Amino acid sequence: MARSTPWRRALTATLTAGALAVPLAACSGGADAPADSGEATADAASALEEGGEITVWAWDPTLESVAKDFEAEHPNVTVNLENVGTGNDQYTALQNAIAAGDGVPDVAQIEFYALPQFALSDALTDLTAYGADQLDGTFTPGPWGAVTQGGGVHALPTDSGPMALFYNKRVFDKYDIEVPTTWDEYVEAARKLHEADPKAYLTNDVGDAGFTTSLIWQAGGRPYQVDGTDVTIDFTDAGSQQFADTWQTMIDDELVAPVGSWSDEWYQGLSDGSIASLVIGAWMRGNLESSVPDASGDWAVAPMPQWEDGGQATAENGGSSLAVPAASENADLAWAFLEYATVGDGIATRVDEGAFPATTAELEDPEFREQEFEYFGGQKVNEVLADSASQVAEGWQYLPFQVYANSIFNDTVGQAYVSGTTLTDGLAAWQEQSATFGNDQGFAVNQ
Amino acid sequence: MTTTSPPTTASTPTVVHRRSRRRWTGWMFVGPFMAVFALVFLAPIVYSLYLSVFRTQMVGGTTFVGLDNYARAMSDPQFWEGLGRVSLFLVVQVPIMLGIALLVALAIDSGRLYGKSFFRISIFMPYAVPAVVASLMWGFMYGTRFGLVGNLNEALGISLPDPLSPGLVLASIGNIVTWEFVGYNMLIFYAALRVVPHSLYEAAEIDGAGQWRVIGAIKLPAIRGALVIATIFSIIGSFQLFNEPSILQSLAPNAITTAFTPNLYAYSLSFSGQQYNYSATVAIIMGLITMVIAYVVQLRGMRKEA
Repeated sequence: MARSTPWRRALTATLTAGALAVPLAACSGGADAPADSGEATADAASALEEGGEITVWAWDPTLESVAKDFEAEHPNVTVNLENVGTGNDQYTALQNAIAAGDGVPDVAQIEFYALPQFALSDALTDLTAYGADQLDGTFTPGPWGAVTQGGGVHALPTDSGPMALFYNKRVFDKYDIEVPTTWDEYVEAARKLHEADPKAYLTNDVGDAGFTTSLIWQAGGRPYQVDGTDVTIDFTDAGSQQFADTWQTMIDDELVAPVGSWSDEWYQGLSDGSIASLVIGAWMRGNLESSVPDASGDWAVAPMPQWEDGGQATAENGGSSLAVPAASENADLAWAFLEYATVGDGIATRVDEGAFPATTAELEDPEFREQEFEYFGGQKVNEVLADSASQVAEGWQYLPFQVYANSIFNDTVGQAYVSGTTLTDGLAAWQEQSATFGNDQGFAVNQ
Repeated sequence: MTTTSPPTTASTPTVVHRRSRRRWTGWMFVGPFMAVFALVFLAPIVYSLYLSVFRTQMVGGTTFVGLDNYARAMSDPQFWEGLGRVSLFLVVQVPIMLGIALLVALAIDSGRLYGKSFFRISIFMPYAVPAVVASLMWGFMYGTRFGLVGNLNEALGISLPDPLSPGLVLASIGNIVTWEFVGYNMLIFYAALRVVPHSLYEAAEIDGAGQWRVIGAIKLPAIRGALVIATIFSIIGSFQLFNEPSILQSLAPNAITTAFTPNLYAYSLSFSGQQYNYSATVAIIMGLITMVIAYVVQLRGMRKEA
């Protein structure tokens, strides 16, 4: 599964339960979203004045400071920040609360890939009513495309994961490996490293839906086409095939470490150099700093390897947003918080704490771009990452049931990693099982 | 009927009145129990049955579909594969586990073992370890890179097969379950053996029977009830296999699919797929299959005993 936030693993230990026991604020507040944005802002302002309580479901730790600052600025407002689980666990809780119509939070963190699922069932407030549609251009194209998929603005991006090549410079130098600029070079680098040191691998992979879809995205594949409830899934397009061919070589020649991401082995490998690179979302910067402290000074960042010589396309890997569930009883107040956290002063707080922003202003800010990271040997890492954010290929769509599709990725595509099945066969099986699920759910998939 | 009731037929109304009063008094006594029973035992089953005849779609909402979900389960290869897997698990793992448990119980009961309380406690100990912890522990040992298996490979320069590969993962799970439950079953057998009257052993000794003969002719027949019970528990446990594969899934995501066991399948259906209706159907069918098999085993076990 795509893990969008660096702190996810650290958090699993501190998850709090009791999702359904959330005490909902009994305070009043204009629940109906006004049609006109000026009016909405006025309503949000009066809601802030009047005060009240909102419940926020999120696992992003930087939101803690944001909530505190927000409360300090608006003394009448109380923000109950609750961590009801990370990723899928939270979506399950949210889905249940929405189905029950009770205990629904006012603001919920939702990763981009899961957003269409909630948006489609009208479970989220369309933020156009608050003038969110005018924020086009505030965010980089990847995240903005994700929150506006299918029309309307379903959420506002909090962080993004434009991809880049994180590599262990010490290992690369030791074995005289050049930083690969294309995927073909990447495969050769993997071969060279593994031959030089049979215990070392250029990267790890045991089958990860987020990684696979992101690479297909970069290669120009658009396997998912969604138009309302008409859905097409096609993993036979050129981009998907290009990915499958290249990555099949990596698997066949045993050039990927059979280590699952986020496992203890994974962190150990990143630390001791036996996993020498990762092509992954920009949020990995903060994760390396905090979770792999021993390798400080070893790592560096380079642009994502390309499918064609001289290409510039990148893709997003993970990334989250904040949304206002339609069942929120404090939508105006919720919007005020959302605005503060995603386009207001909250951004600076979050960037300070290590989040990778999704807003163009921050990404273009010279101070942000030119920050030197001691962990990365003084490299201006943000420059590479911010450039990647502006080069994300457009037109990617996720399925309105991507959460389920990702959950069966290892049943299908994952088989290519442990048996004689090829990636192409695995993708075909994934396509078929996803389509079956979609049709069972009332969509018209590949019909 | 009571002898005090009037012989005349004219008193019928009184009888009816008395009967109804009697009935209500009875209900007052069993009422609290019945209420809790209905709420705790019947309601979940009824609710599952109710869920299983509907279908909720992301597009289109909820519709009544009758037995469609059951028909779908009948022809669902993932469900039957999972069932086949736990059945294989049942016929291989349960005899091994019960065999070891019986052997240990007989050894401890024989009185020839030095330090038998120590063995009894240490063999029972794994049962006190929560299944989740046990699976995690074994999962680390199974690791071929940093785990015990990996260490062995490195120290001895050998290449042991990966216990978490698709071909071996079921056996690895069987190993964990055996480790966990040998002690529990041993205790059931041992408790049954303790109540066998010693006079029988003395009589056998006088007749010149050896230990093996005593085991075959006295001990095993005496604990047949315990054997049947342990077998039924194990059958239910096998069909409900969930904790161990669910925990190991994060270590071997490609080997343990989302439909690895029927329980895991039901779980994935409802928690990743929001298919509560079909999930309830799978749960009900599994419940029925388990009941039927457990009942057949019980019938067989009891018939022999009679």
